[in-house]
Amino acid sequence: MEELTWTGSLGDILDPILFVLVPVFVALVVLRIAVSVLLPAPTMQTNPDGTLSAVSGGPAVWVPKLSNLSGLLLLALVLAYLIVGAIMGAPGAGIIGGMSQQLVPVWIALVVLFAVSINFKRRLGLYGKLFDSTIGMIGFGLVMFWVFVGAFAAVDMLLTHAPLDQVSGMKNKVPGTPLRGAEEGEFQWYLLGGDALARDVFSRMLKGSTIVIAIAPLATLFAFMVGITLGLPAGYYGGKLDTFLSFLANLILAFPVILLFYLLVTPEIVATGLPQYMAVVLFVFPLIFSAVLINSRYGGQPGKNWTYLAIVLVPLFLLYMSVINANDSKIDFWPLDFFDIAPGILVVFVSVVFVNSPTVFRIVRGLAMDIKTRDYVAAAQTRGEGPWYIMLWEILPNARGPLIVDFCLRIGYTTILLGTLGFFGLGLPPESPDWGSTINEGRKLLSIYLHPALPPALALLSLVLGLNLLADGLREESLKD
Amino acid sequence: MGLFILRRVGVMILTALCLTFVVFFMTNLYPNLEKLAKTQGNFRMSDEAVASWLEKRGYMQSTPKKYAEWLGVVPSYRFEAEDGTVTGRCIDPGVDPADAPNFCGILQGYWGYSTVFKEPVSEIVSTRLGLTGVLMFWVMLLMVPSALILGVLAGMREGSATDRTLSTFAITTTATPEYVSGVILIAVFASSAVGLKWFKGTAASAMESPNFENFFLPVLTIALYGMGYIARMTRASMAEVMTAQYIRTARLKGVSFPNIVMRHALRNALIAPFTVIMLQFPWLLNGVVIVETLFNYKGFGWTLVQAAGNNDIELLLGVSVVSVIVVLVTQLISDIGYVYLNPRISVT
Repeated sequence: MEELTWTGSLGDILDPILFVLVPVFVALVVLRIAVSVLLPAPTMQTNPDGTLSAVSGGPAVWVPKLSNLSGLLLLALVLAYLIVGAIMGAPGAGIIGGMSQQLVPVWIALVVLFAVSINFKRRLGLYGKLFDSTIGMIGFGLVMFWVFVGAFAAVDMLLTHAPLDQVSGMKNKVPGTPLRGAEEGEFQWYLLGGDALARDVFSRMLKGSTIVIAIAPLATLFAFMVGITLGLPAGYYGGKLDTFLSFLANLILAFPVILLFYLLVTPEIVATGLPQYMAVVLFVFPLIFSAVLINSRYGGQPGKNWTYLAIVLVPLFLLYMSVINANDSKIDFWPLDFFDIAPGILVVFVSVVFVNSPTVFRIVRGLAMDIKTRDYVAAAQTRGEGPWYIMLWEILPNARGPLIVDFCLRIGYTTILLGTLGFFGLGLPPESPDWGSTINEGRKLLSIYLHPALPPALALLSLVLGLNLLADGLREESLKD
Repeated sequence: MGLFILRRVGVMILTALCLTFVVFFMTNLYPNLEKLAKTQGNFRMSDEAVASWLEKRGYMQSTPKKYAEWLGVVPSYRFEAEDGTVTGRCIDPGVDPADAPNFCGILQGYWGYSTVFKEPVSEIVSTRLGLTGVLMFWVMLLMVPSALILGVLAGMREGSATDRTLSTFAITTTATPEYVSGVILIAVFASSAVGLKWFKGTAASAMESPNFENFFLPVLTIALYGMGYIARMTRASMAEVMTAQYIRTARLKGVSFPNIVMRHALRNALIAPFTVIMLQFPWLLNGVVIVETLFNYKGFGWTLVQAAGNNDIELLLGVSVVSVIVVLVTQLISDIGYVYLNPRISVT
């Protein structure tokens, strides 16, 4: 087996084009910025049919056109690498092709999702409007790429090797190194090389996305539950309650996050059961939230009220008890303990929720204070609605725009926090393939071997970037109406 | 105004007390004390040996009492051994117990003794804080002007090519945490694999003699993350100001575009970024911890990691007091500064 190059025989054709196109594109973008700063905007003229068009000629007109054209060409070239690579596969199309072929299920899922969404975008509300904004689409694409990778990797699709397998002779090998003595049916290369313990970097990076995709959105959701349940009354009632809760929130926010992590996520603290007690408090908020949500709406119709409460609360309660109870820990009294969460995951989850909730609290509080002065709230008060009905069914739906945008941003921030935990070796076990831990391991040999640390770093970057772009797109679209 | 500041300082002290108590409580949980005893004594201590080690040093008292001792509001613990020698927190080796002060805590200016570095906490904190101060100075010097310029250029003509490119850049830097950008920067500029080797991948030598080669990468890494955020805020504020009535009036009067930006828009557009810059300090503190660990620059953040990793209680308390004060003071400054910059806001 020969060592793979990055682009293989496909590169013989495409690489020269790339080497010409990239500098041209960069030069045009720089030129375009210079033009837009230095020259005035192109003068407009009114055509006989009433439309406007730029007066032809001048760099202010042709530079943007050329830079757009070269950008499109570049995009087409990248797609060519990926599509032809996915068809040709590893030896022919090199490492890029190998990876692209490995990710074929993800490509298919993405194409299907986008095709369906764009087709029905008029009927999909805010989600559909996202497909009107380029930024939003790019962000959504990046995010969904990692969501699909995480989902497929969870069932061990896409992976070329098991993330914990060590193969002798593959320690710190560069990307594309063929597997020594590979057996029939086994994948023949380490596409992105081997790490310091001779494990496959590519598979570990994919597997790491599962952890992030599973924890980050869920932890953010919990933080929102906590923040909303406490922030709405604080903003609506004001007064002593507000002062007290705001003081608590500011207290947590004044803590340096890393100090907090070090205090919460060490094995000694885990042994005292403190994270579990915190989980008892923090995880009860979704229950409170849904109970109050239903009760405030259907309180007047006892029949419906009890049915809905039972449908929602019984499973949630069982789930809650199973989550906080774990065998051989401080809290272990519940006989119906269906599953145990790995203690590392629980601690990480709890501390991330704990760090995020005060910020959400402050945002919700601010929004509630603003919205409670509106007329429709006064109307509801006049109708004689209860305070919780007003908070949850009048104020909250009207605060959804900023909250959805912040939700996206906060998932990104949570991802960064998870990476920080991994970077300091806190919480998750050291062999865990999550991105933070992998970066932490890879950085030790960074001056000699780049390939173990860079892929997880770029993966994390692209996911967080995707979430930020998605939030930007959503903000833009939600401001339009 | 005076009353406002007084009230804020009161809240600040209350917050600092609460926070230090939380840190105190967490570090004094029994498993943590056991770890401390084992790392300071030896790892094969029996449970009884651990208990007596802790007893001798006063760790077995109740947490509020220990906390009050650390504050210096109650006389500190003394242990009398069977042979009559008295040891205690306030008694330095070689000093007669009778001469030693009864109270020694924060209020008396005694910050305790670090069990990891074997030095007084006050000395460690001040030297490390000095090193971090140098780092932060350069970060600010790089970050603030470039972020403001980026933001103003982008917000000046909303929707132009400059705006889009600079905004994309700003979003990318906010999406890149320090441990990612640091790794990428080291990989590109400092590793032998790429071969550029313009800078050094470690800043250990920058503690004595900071120069461009060993100090630029850590400074850039911290600055990049904060820069995007400030630039976006500046852009939003600038874009808003540029749509204001008085800017339109200035345009209609025939004021030239550079003049509008420099003389009419800029001052109003910089109010919001000022608060943001001040509120960035807590985040920068985070970045400092990561970057100092990554680049092995033994400053304040590095000390925090060492203290937290080894459960060095008094050093950790000192570090958290300092960081909490930094956070709260910057919040206070940002509030006061906001009032001064924007006459429409009043604190009362």
